[in-house]
Amino acid sequence: MTATVPPKAPTFLGLPTAPRGVGHLRGDQSFPDAARGALRDGQLRANLGHATSTIRGKRAGVVAELPDWGQLREAGRALKAATMARLDDHLEELERQVTARGGVVHWARDANEANEIVTRLVQATGTSEVVKVKSMATQEIGLNEALEAAGLDVFETDLAELIVQLGEDKPSHILVPAIHKNRAEIREIFARTIPGVDPDLTDDPRQLAMAARTHLRERFLRARVAVSGANFAVAETGTLTVVESEGNGRMCLTLPETLITVMGIEKVVPTWRDLEVFLQLLPRSSTGERMNPYTSTWAGVTPGDGPQEFHLVLLDNGRTAVLADEVGREALHCIRCSACLNVCPVYERAGGHSYGSVYPGPIGAVLSPMLTGVEDNASLPFASSLCGACYDVCPVAIDIPSILVHLRAEHVEAQERPTAEAVAFRGLAKVMSHPRLWHLAQRASRLGRLIARGKPTLPNALPPPVSSWTRSRDLPTPPKETFVESWVREHGS
Amino acid sequence: MSAREEVLSRVRQALGADRTPPEEVVRDYRLTDGRPAGAPALLELLVDRVEDYRATVLRCAPAEVGATVRAALDQGLGSGWSAGDVVVAPGLAEDWRPAGCDVDDDRPAVQLADRAASVTAVAVAVAETGTLVLDGSPACGRRALSLLPDCLVCVVTADQVVGSVPEGLARLDPLRPLTMVSGPSATSDIELQRVEGVHGPRTLLVVLAG
Repeated sequence: MTATVPPKAPTFLGLPTAPRGVGHLRGDQSFPDAARGALRDGQLRANLGHATSTIRGKRAGVVAELPDWGQLREAGRALKAATMARLDDHLEELERQVTARGGVVHWARDANEANEIVTRLVQATGTSEVVKVKSMATQEIGLNEALEAAGLDVFETDLAELIVQLGEDKPSHILVPAIHKNRAEIREIFARTIPGVDPDLTDDPRQLAMAARTHLRERFLRARVAVSGANFAVAETGTLTVVESEGNGRMCLTLPETLITVMGIEKVVPTWRDLEVFLQLLPRSSTGERMNPYTSTWAGVTPGDGPQEFHLVLLDNGRTAVLADEVGREALHCIRCSACLNVCPVYERAGGHSYGSVYPGPIGAVLSPMLTGVEDNASLPFASSLCGACYDVCPVAIDIPSILVHLRAEHVEAQERPTAEAVAFRGLAKVMSHPRLWHLAQRASRLGRLIARGKPTLPNALPPPVSSWTRSRDLPTPPKETFVESWVREHGS
Repeated sequence: MSAREEVLSRVRQALGADRTPPEEVVRDYRLTDGRPAGAPALLELLVDRVEDYRATVLRCAPAEVGATVRAALDQGLGSGWSAGDVVVAPGLAEDWRPAGCDVDDDRPAVQLADRAASVTAVAVAVAETGTLVLDGSPACGRRALSLLPDCLVCVVTADQVVGSVPEGLARLDPLRPLTMVSGPSATSDIELQRVEGVHGPRTLLVVLAG
């Protein structure tokens, strides 16, 4: 068998981005092409509209409860910035502490290396089954596919991830990955794929959740290896943290003999005390709860309690390339709460799949292109109206709109030949810097009034290149006279 | 170059030789709730927040914990339960334990799944978020004990109740395996409709003494 070797992914300042051909950071289509299909799906839009507005309301309620939300948010931002400025030191300290408490630390340059490490660790235990806690990092690197390719059975245990896995689907939201499915669709997936499921299963969410409980219970009790991600890792103590709701995380972190945690290097925080900030910011921003049902922390191995073998895989996969971008590095502060998805007018309409990456929504529109190199996700920085709602809700105050603009500029600069847009703007610049040309152009635009036939906007069906604007936007009919003309008429020149 | 050296050298390269010094973190958020641990208003706040998660709180005098634990088990399991249905943390105070019930030992953790209910103490409770923290000490038991039985009874004493998250974390040892519990296991993955009890205990009962 010959494997096709994908062309090497680009580098940023000589630092490699996430490699091609592995993982889920790149879509098959550009954002506008993928979104076109999603926009036609009425069911999807109804599901998304309901979900995002519900979580928005809950988040706003519990955030308003805290009189010091602004101070917590600023502390969260500053903590992340300070951590990144000494990231190497904190990672080395984390390694020392985890090792001192009986854990084994592995380093992975990219997705391929991380997948190889985890596969090797699982195989060394002699088991063929792996239970998994929902984790963005392992989705990013395509770990499930790698483990399955090695002949291992992987069981996602978060309810939404289970729905996605059984439906052979892709997650569409960071927090609630099956948000695009409604109860009837989920019932159909369960009835079709869960062996021995009650044929009278209804689409009541409680019944569906109980079917998942029954399906996974035996697996938890016999599992010998679990794979998790991590929300935070405390450098000074080597304490790992997983935040969850269902208890599937606790099952995976507690019952198996071996635990393998895959964590992006940006998840480290310097001190235990720092969690007093993040454990307030994250649940309220994420699920809109004062606190999520379960938060587990552990440092290395505890005799007589939980896994007796613990491996921590520290993953780069393009993160150092993001760190090298002085404007964009703020995206590494993300704590994966998904508040920015829920407020984004573009996400609400286009849905998570349109972004083509496991990181959808506003944060995905900046993080994915930086992890892969902008040219591998060139349409994503444009998948935004720059309204700024994402910045307002971000619990660590990531200035997403500024990074989007920065990446758009980077994409434009990367073009070897001028684009139609660049040519148009160059022409416009010329016209606008010559008063005579500008007045001529304004007068010429009045021809548009003929096409409009008295309507306030021009028709959609105009010939190219104007059609690339009018296909999805209204072009107002030019006024009878320009501002300057009416000024001259009323006030004299 | 090993992966470790390479990743660290990439970090150093990304930050540059003249990296900006880390900015100072200002902690001007509330470090305390302002009320001392166990203040009556904090106990009421804890009750309100825990019940908001659809857990049940039973309040009692410090001397009545044993009887209240039994009352909690009546609620969680129905009045027909027997001592064999219940397993308690090894360090749980003698007079809090239902008579004759099983004490967790070094049996394989998965065997705890056979029990209907478990009883543990907590290390600290945070009123503002309705959070109980178990720290793996003998009184709280190992993590599987508060996970596998379908009904969990936690005994909280008034002096363990603090107002805010920062106060709670300051009382904890980050080297111990900690479990922070805020209500029963729950999911909102299907149309955002909350369902209590997925993989963790479906029923959470809190005995608040004092």
